[in-house]
Amino acid sequence: MITPIRALVRKDILLFLADPRALIMSVVAPIAIASFFGYALGGAGSQVEPARISVLVADQGGDSISREIVKRLGSEKALAVKPATADEARAAVRKGNASVAVIIPQSFGQNAGQAFFSTSQKPEIAVLYDPSHAAERAMVQGILSGDVMQVVSQEMFGGESGRAMLKDSLARLDRSQGLLGPDQKNLADLLHSVERWNGSPPAAGGGISRGLSMPYTTREEAVTSRQGIQYNGYAHAFAGMVVQFVLFLGIDVGIGLLLQRQRGLWKRLRAAPLSRGTLLGSRIVSAAILAFVIVLTNFLFARLVFGVKVEGSLVGFLGVAAAFALMTAAFGLLIATLGKTPDATRGLAILATLFMVMLGGAWVPMFLFPQWLQKVTVIMPTRWAIDGFEAMTWRGLGFGSALLPIAVQLLFALAFGALAVARFRWEAEG
Amino acid sequence: MSVLLTGGKDRRRYVTPAIWSPVRQAKIMLEVRNLKKRYGSLAAVDGISLKAAAGETVGLLGPNGAGKTTTVSMIAGLLRPDTGEVLIEGRPLAGDSDPIKRRIGLVPQDLALYDELSALENLHLFAALYDLNSARAKPAIESALELVGLSDRIKDRVKTFSGGMKRRLNLAAALLHDPQILLLDEPTVGVDPQSRNAIFDNLETLKKRGKTLLYTTHYMEEAERLCDRVVIIDHGKVIADDTPRGLSRMLPLSNVLTIELESVADGLSLDQLQALGEVRSAQLHGGTLRIGVRDLATETPRILQWLVDRGHPYRHVVSERADLETVFLTLTGRSLRDS
Repeated sequence: MITPIRALVRKDILLFLADPRALIMSVVAPIAIASFFGYALGGAGSQVEPARISVLVADQGGDSISREIVKRLGSEKALAVKPATADEARAAVRKGNASVAVIIPQSFGQNAGQAFFSTSQKPEIAVLYDPSHAAERAMVQGILSGDVMQVVSQEMFGGESGRAMLKDSLARLDRSQGLLGPDQKNLADLLHSVERWNGSPPAAGGGISRGLSMPYTTREEAVTSRQGIQYNGYAHAFAGMVVQFVLFLGIDVGIGLLLQRQRGLWKRLRAAPLSRGTLLGSRIVSAAILAFVIVLTNFLFARLVFGVKVEGSLVGFLGVAAAFALMTAAFGLLIATLGKTPDATRGLAILATLFMVMLGGAWVPMFLFPQWLQKVTVIMPTRWAIDGFEAMTWRGLGFGSALLPIAVQLLFALAFGALAVARFRWEAEG
Repeated sequence: MSVLLTGGKDRRRYVTPAIWSPVRQAKIMLEVRNLKKRYGSLAAVDGISLKAAAGETVGLLGPNGAGKTTTVSMIAGLLRPDTGEVLIEGRPLAGDSDPIKRRIGLVPQDLALYDELSALENLHLFAALYDLNSARAKPAIESALELVGLSDRIKDRVKTFSGGMKRRLNLAAALLHDPQILLLDEPTVGVDPQSRNAIFDNLETLKKRGKTLLYTTHYMEEAERLCDRVVIIDHGKVIADDTPRGLSRMLPLSNVLTIELESVADGLSLDQLQALGEVRSAQLHGGTLRIGVRDLATETPRILQWLVDRGHPYRHVVSERADLETVFLTLTGRSLRDS
């Protein structure tokens, strides 16, 4: 029984190698697309500077406070700030040329200063944003809040206009002496203290900040497999694209079986004294071998060109690859049972594959999905494959972390295979 | 000698009684008993029985859709019959991997070859399906390629072959495991006359080697040339089973007149024509009449005169001996190729 199985597997591999389209789709296409996505997602480590958020600022106030705010925004490394008028800023956001626009109104400094110690009307900073960049709006708003608080408070506790506003506020409180409640009295005491503070010379050597300052600093650390190993965006991109294009190979396996039937080859195969297990088993073996080799070829390219290394367990990586290859082969058999003709099946198979790939996180990282969707996608074998590859590459996890992805994919392989065998049309057309 | 059995309606069935030709007294290699296969309401095969002895070539003749391919598929074990059985050398087929399948070689109607592979790679694969390892496959491949005259193209990809060469390779692929029974499902479809002759030569060689051939076709001239016996089927039933000579003898006519009329025969009544005592069968296609007669010399002038008298002058008359096409026409009232 070994001779026929070996011959059938060899035939499938020869047919694959003889088909330039299959080679391009399995090797060239994933490499090209993963290279692009990998670069776009940050590339290898710090080689590529992440894109800065383009922000337009319309400073309609032009006072010292608003100028300082604009200056501080411009010094943020995550932002690319350019000046504009309010109309220009709105037009640019509408066209998608800027993600966010900040419009600081007239008399912002004075109104903000007054609002700092009282409940008077607060000035309004307009934040215009492109709704397709909502995450960037939140980031700009956070940075803006910090900058405004620091600039306004510093001005209030030591700046020229701050002193003037303080005097003005105290004068208003003094005029209404006798009518003050306990809160206003406390406020008057506080303002007198601030006036004395403003009048005193700065302490030698500094140490005490005039105004509010950030009460903490941050230390950023990308947690990868170990210290000194940087995140490699190509690792995710290659995992995703390999999964997608190897599944396309699975479609070809299924379509190939239907073509065999259409071209009469199925009759010749069925006429031989071969069991159904031999006929379908050989197809699973050949498809799994091809899928496994394609996975390794793609990651070898990623290793040599983009430095994507298996930082975790090599055995675990090979295990994930083998389980994924088997799952793909069983998926291919299932494809062959979807429709009666190759044409009728192809469209449905591509749709199903793209669905699996999309929900598996091959196109965009999983964290961008809503929380509920992230939970639902555990039913996708593709997610386990991608998670497994990522765990064994840049995350650098051990063999134990590969076990679950391997087991889940093997279960899917079993389920797909059983369903395919149950639905497979064994009989040749009469 | 044949007997006429009448079935339901106008269907007639001719079978030769137990008068076996010498070749039929040889060992029965293939026996089909009352095979039936339905697809929904359609009875694709409706009780077909036949036998083929060692060294015998049996033709399965019928129009497209008569049930020939379905019958062959059931014999080869590709389709499970609803009822009936197939005996290979007296043994029923038991399952997909029954070793008795090695006694059968199937030449499918489609070109069941991998175009992208070379002839050698194809044949290695098909030999391996019958558990022939490389050492055993090599002489089998050489012998099969030599028979079909493709030894010099062994390393070429099949997609570079002509249609006729592919047909010959399709035949060679079925011979590698040296089967005793060959099932040939319309093996000359779509080939040029030269390739057809080459395939006939190959089949005659195989016949001389003692192989049993079951040859399906809707070309009566192929059946007449190759077959020791012809089983005519229509609508899934056997309507005649005899030697070509025996089938000819059962005809109520011996010749066919083909008469080209001067113009399209508007108003010509075939019923009136067939009512003439001389006319055994009549068909009209445009301006051409085909009329079956028993006695060419005496009956032809009367028919021609009848046509002229009714305003249908003719310009050309040809006579030919009645053949299997005529047999089919006589039995079913339809032409093999028009069915």
